[in-house]
Amino acid sequence: MSDPMGFLLWVKGPGLNWALAIFALGMLVRIVEIFMLGRKTNYAEPKGGEWGPGFKTILTRSVADPGTFARAPFNVVVGWIWHIGFLITLLLFIPHIELFRGVLGIAWPGLPNPVVDAVTAITILALVATLVHRLQHPVKKRISTPEDYLVWTVTFLPLLTGYLAYHRLVNPYPLILGLHILSVNLFLVVFPFTKLTHVFTAFIARWYNGAIFGRKGVES
Amino acid sequence: MAASKTLGESLREHGVSRRGFLKFCAATASMMALPPSMGPVIAAALEKARRPSVIWLSFQECTGCTESLTRSHSPTVEDLIFDVISLDYHHTLQVAAGAQAEAAREQAMKENHGEYLLVVDGSLPGPNMNPGYSTIAGISNYEMLKEAVAGAKAIVAVGTCAAFGGLPAAAPNPTGAVSVLDIVKDKPVINVPGCPPVPMVITGVLAQYLVFGKLPELDEYHRPKAFFGQSIHDRCYRRPFYDKGLFAESFDDEGARKGWCLYRLGCKGPSTYNACATMRWNSGTSWPVESGHPCLGCSEPKFWDAGGFYVPLSAPLGSPGSTLLAAGVTGAVVGGVAAALAKKRATTAAAEREPVTVEELEQKL
Amino acid sequence: MSELTLERGLNALRAEIDAPVAAFFSSCVHCGICATACPFCTETGDPKYTPILKLEPLRLVWESEFTLWGRIKSSLGLSRKVTDEMLAEWEELLYDSCSMCGRCSIVCPVGNDLQYMIRKTREGMVASGHAPEGLIGAAGRAIRTGSPMGLQWKTLDVQIKHVEGSTGLEVPVDKAGADYLVLLSSMEIINFPEYLEAITKIFDHAGVKWTLSTDCFEATNAGIQIGSKDIAAELVERVVSAATKLNVKNVISPECGHAYTAIRWEGPNLIGRSYPFRVFHIIEVLDDLRASGRLQTEGKETDRLSMHDPCNLARKSGVIQQQRNLMDLVAENFVDLKEHGKYQWCCGAGGGVSSNERAEPLKMAAFKRKKAQIEEVEPERMVTMCATCRTQLEEGLEEFNMDIPVVGLTEMIADHLVEKGPPRG
Repeated sequence: MSDPMGFLLWVKGPGLNWALAIFALGMLVRIVEIFMLGRKTNYAEPKGGEWGPGFKTILTRSVADPGTFARAPFNVVVGWIWHIGFLITLLLFIPHIELFRGVLGIAWPGLPNPVVDAVTAITILALVATLVHRLQHPVKKRISTPEDYLVWTVTFLPLLTGYLAYHRLVNPYPLILGLHILSVNLFLVVFPFTKLTHVFTAFIARWYNGAIFGRKGVES
Repeated sequence: MAASKTLGESLREHGVSRRGFLKFCAATASMMALPPSMGPVIAAALEKARRPSVIWLSFQECTGCTESLTRSHSPTVEDLIFDVISLDYHHTLQVAAGAQAEAAREQAMKENHGEYLLVVDGSLPGPNMNPGYSTIAGISNYEMLKEAVAGAKAIVAVGTCAAFGGLPAAAPNPTGAVSVLDIVKDKPVINVPGCPPVPMVITGVLAQYLVFGKLPELDEYHRPKAFFGQSIHDRCYRRPFYDKGLFAESFDDEGARKGWCLYRLGCKGPSTYNACATMRWNSGTSWPVESGHPCLGCSEPKFWDAGGFYVPLSAPLGSPGSTLLAAGVTGAVVGGVAAALAKKRATTAAAEREPVTVEELEQKL
Repeated sequence: MSELTLERGLNALRAEIDAPVAAFFSSCVHCGICATACPFCTETGDPKYTPILKLEPLRLVWESEFTLWGRIKSSLGLSRKVTDEMLAEWEELLYDSCSMCGRCSIVCPVGNDLQYMIRKTREGMVASGHAPEGLIGAAGRAIRTGSPMGLQWKTLDVQIKHVEGSTGLEVPVDKAGADYLVLLSSMEIINFPEYLEAITKIFDHAGVKWTLSTDCFEATNAGIQIGSKDIAAELVERVVSAATKLNVKNVISPECGHAYTAIRWEGPNLIGRSYPFRVFHIIEVLDDLRASGRLQTEGKETDRLSMHDPCNLARKSGVIQQQRNLMDLVAENFVDLKEHGKYQWCCGAGGGVSSNERAEPLKMAAFKRKKAQIEEVEPERMVTMCATCRTQLEEGLEEFNMDIPVVGLTEMIADHLVEKGPPRG
């Protein structure tokens, strides 16, 4: 590459801006598309409320019941590990916090770099494990589509390139940092058109689930 | 004017002892990360070096590079080195002025055609820009450069302006400023960026060229790897604090006073390649980070437009917050329209629906 | 007469898309955990029965018609179209291998209510002519005769007379102004006549004013099973009409699963208005009587008893504690199955599966999950509150040579009532 700095400045300038634009536009289209469909009036006499159980389910659905845990331990445990690891890496790494300050205007305390580094390594390994699992587990293999593998890739690349950048394993640094930001731009662009929408819509889905069951008197 | 004396003869004439000279050569060798055995080789080469002609063209520059050069330490030896280069044209350092100065330049270029070293500092307005933006003796920078390059053996672009366009080329670049490499495609160019470059880096590059007579190993930006091959971050004495995640949060806060990493104050050390952290400034007195100021990244292209000196490296350029907002609002509107149309189709479908009857079901049996 | 076509089916699916459906499909991450909750999937080991996969026709309609991106993809020819061939292939997935038990709905990590969507997808299957023979037959009989098994009042009348004879009590029929209109299921009338006798005794004991109706005695709803809101609505209207005519305050759904869901939750929405009466499951009524001290019991069952919660009652309606309160009244050695209540496992026969002869092997396969649960606890008898569950348990336990009788909870309560005086002759 003949102009690593130029590459870096483009990906974190116009590149990131376009990616954020597509991300925000796409996500809002999807969210509005969901809510505008609404629900038909429910004439059946309720046994319980909707709002409380709805919000409760948003929280409780993150914890698997013992039976599901016993039947799908990999999904539950590795799922927890890589999601939490991803969030820690994304939100509690100080250079990322500065990124968020630049985008949203707010910042928060972070974790020491070596801690985030260790978490990232674990997350990368966990994500590789999920790919192997998806390729081998009969149910996952059956229901997976090319989109699942695309999403895995665009989720994995920021972690990998971030790790490589932090450890300066690729020279020059502007190149690998640029690749890291480019991989994030790719993630953002792909986001609203794939199952990544679940990052936002899962909370809506969980609420509806809790509401539907709660109205019928079933505990969340 | 070219001299017939060798460098070695000149030095002896000026009372520089053999020992002093060898010490200098040893220092130069180690500065270029060459083994100690190269010291004598350098000495031998410099001994025999004829004073080459150097033409120094200053275009859209602030003279900071010259100021830096003349602050170079060990005045004795570097000055002598300077004495033993025939610096035939330099706006700040020459005695002559006006037509005399231009005449001297033209003569030197003619007499040493094909042999002189051309040094450029400052950027120049591009070939399609109004030549009146920057002229010397009524000659546009571009014309003067083209003419000087024609007879030059090699070109050294000193300072970020000459190497990359620098400050004049920063947004909105009113003069259409370009770098030397943007214009010169057929002669060897060494970039020595920095705003200004470290003094010893300037003289070190010149010395290296004098000694070996060929271009040093250059990186993708034509910068000598000997001085620009390491990032500030990798040589920064505060690196342990970065590694531990200890950062100053504002100027002169507790962390700053403890000498913690300046990443959050905008330090561009991680992406900047220069020798400041090792060679430092003012005879090795200090350098920006050591004095508590984040690295500006001044030896990198477009550093003026790279987001802001006090904005961290990881922060985005532009105003992404408003992008998000504008795109979000647009998305909501687009989504609203799309959803309304879809819903209308659904309600029409529901309204036009024919109820299913058992007779119809039984048809399928 | 018009025909069922693919277009009518697609239309029906369109009409079912709402905000929850859109949120659910937007959130599925293909984790496969729903498969671990489906007894048809776990006991056959065949991943094609994965719940989310069953919903593919609905998802395709949602994506290609209700999302901007999906419409773009569709116009570029990049998405699969729902065809008759596809729906024919999906018939087994949506009917034979799904009892709409809802267990997938409560384990899905992103909160998808898959069962909700299965019910909706069946609307599309019906309208396009892809419903199983057995369910079509049941629907036809239900609409024409009032009972999915073709049972008529005169048969019920015989049973009524028998109950009156053996209890010496009156079985009220067409009594206007009663507090409770009692509905029955044909399955229970035929297989478990002790139910009618039990409620007769209990209501007399507790002083409950109740009645049957000659206009409508059937609680079950073949329309719900097959997934046709038109047929389901007609059947519910009969109940509403009978209840309104007799001016009752409440309607009781019997020991059945889907009948309760049909009348309690779907009914008002099928007919587009609230009821002028309230709806309860018999277990809710009995627990109410217990709580208000109107049930005096004596003695307890001493053998080791466990319980199967019908999905429609427990997981899908929250009636979980009531049956346990009642068990505590009459049993001293009751132990719950390990996963019970909200997380109980389906017996495998609900949601129309037992009316679908073609699904018999799958139904028996699914039962193995229940069997494993029972084996873990080793009860001497099983108690339940749904005629379909009861039949499946009996048949399944017999199939696997397990000598564990199954009994209904209502009849168990009735067996322990304190006599209030000598029976009237």
